[in-house]
Amino acid sequence: MKFERYGLGIAKGLSVTIRHLLRRPITTQYPEQRLNVSRRIRGNELIWNKDKCTGCGTCAKACHIGAIHISTSTNLVDNKYEVQKYEVDTGYCIFCGLCVEACPFEALFLSYDYECARYRRNDLFQDREKMVETSERKVSGYFYPGRAAKLPRQSLLVDNDRGKRNGR
Amino acid sequence: MAMQMLPPDWPGNFWAHWAIFAVAILVFVLLMVMVFIWFERRALAVMQARLGPNRAGPFGLFQSAADALKLLIKEDIVPAKGDKLVHWLAPVVAFVPVVLIFAVVPFWGGAILADLNIGILYIVAISSVTAVGIFMAGWSSNNKYSTLGAMRQVASVVSYEIPVVLSVVGVVLLAGSLSMQQIVAAQDIPFILLQPLGFLLFFCGALAEINRAPFDLTEADSEIVAGFFTEYSGMKFGLLFLAEYGEALAISAIVTTLFLGGWRGPLLPPFLWFLLKVGLVFFVIVWIRATVPRLRIDQLMALAWKFLFPLALLNLLITAAEILFWPAVSLWVFVPINFAVMIILVLLWSKFFKLGWGKVEV
Repeated sequence: MKFERYGLGIAKGLSVTIRHLLRRPITTQYPEQRLNVSRRIRGNELIWNKDKCTGCGTCAKACHIGAIHISTSTNLVDNKYEVQKYEVDTGYCIFCGLCVEACPFEALFLSYDYECARYRRNDLFQDREKMVETSERKVSGYFYPGRAAKLPRQSLLVDNDRGKRNGR
Repeated sequence: MAMQMLPPDWPGNFWAHWAIFAVAILVFVLLMVMVFIWFERRALAVMQARLGPNRAGPFGLFQSAADALKLLIKEDIVPAKGDKLVHWLAPVVAFVPVVLIFAVVPFWGGAILADLNIGILYIVAISSVTAVGIFMAGWSSNNKYSTLGAMRQVASVVSYEIPVVLSVVGVVLLAGSLSMQQIVAAQDIPFILLQPLGFLLFFCGALAEINRAPFDLTEADSEIVAGFFTEYSGMKFGLLFLAEYGEALAISAIVTTLFLGGWRGPLLPPFLWFLLKVGLVFFVIVWIRATVPRLRIDQLMALAWKFLFPLALLNLLITAAEILFWPAVSLWVFVPINFAVMIILVLLWSKFFKLGWGKVEV
């Protein structure tokens, strides 16, 4: 004789919910506590290495959105291109990472940041000053496993270690 | 147990007694409703592995106050084709009876606004008026969801009033009085032990009457937006919300008084016992809300008429027979008997409980 229909089902359910009182909450309180994002995150900005860039424009060709604007001039003395303008409109960018994969000289990266909301559309433009790698604007390990190895391990909501979840 | 009783007109003057207790009851209801809303949100959150409100004040204690402030300054919207007068009146009609209930709830010996000799009858009568207010709210909103919710509310209140009242009669038979004070005074053994089936029926019925989960289909947000709340905003919404939680508080207080021995208990002061028991009952209500899924309207009606109603009749019959035929026996004898009766009856009725001649799944 099964007693699920005779009130046992409800009792079982009640015991489940009361046991949840002792469970640790799964919530991360975002601005104070943060999870580490994936080391290969395709973050919301592009990071550009001015010294390695040859101005070949492969990234701009790879971008099917047309979000990358690059214009170069010819330096006849050193026999190479010089980049005059390098801009990305991250408002159009879909963060597919094709430009990063296309770059033959390891000069373009996706960033590790994900908090890039701006108040004005114009602020979404990244010109060359805003594309330099700094301590705040970190480089993601996307497409570059060597870079990824240096970043902190990703932490998950199911991680039991609270310190791991808080840390950056 | 020595019972500390205050004189019925405690500070010595009728009007002073009236004024003090009227103010005290209003403060008690408003304060406890705020605490209960906070408590429900926190407890429910913990049961769902969340945190709940924790930003406003320590542990989010001021969250209800902040919400109340927000409601006060919000725009009051009345539907263009609604019945404006009724729409305005409905929250008042819903809320006032809830406060009136507390007039006969004994907080401790003698601390009661009016010790009516028909106390529990008064509660049954006055608490049904809330349904009128809610139906007014649903009707005047001129909105299909509001009307649907209000009609479900009236249907459930009318159906569940019967098992609730019948199970109260069992308590009244045991106590030999309708006065809330006398009922508490009679509980040397808490009536939950003497009337386990009555308690079960009363609790189910009360949950349905105050639209708490699993019987919250009058304001089922997944089906009919917010039921009769839908067209309300600002302070009128606040009053309806207050009435809702005031009812939960009232039901907790009534269950405490009728079945858990009211303010009586060892060591702690009586008022603290009363608060503790009220809090415990409310916790059980929240616990059930966190567990049980919502019923359909046909399940709701079937539960009232096919399950609770016959069981309430049988419970009344058995209690009356016990009191009539074995008046001299110690009441402790009835504890195991009544528990056995409860288990047998509930199992039996569950066995034969069917919806739509067995064609609809339970």
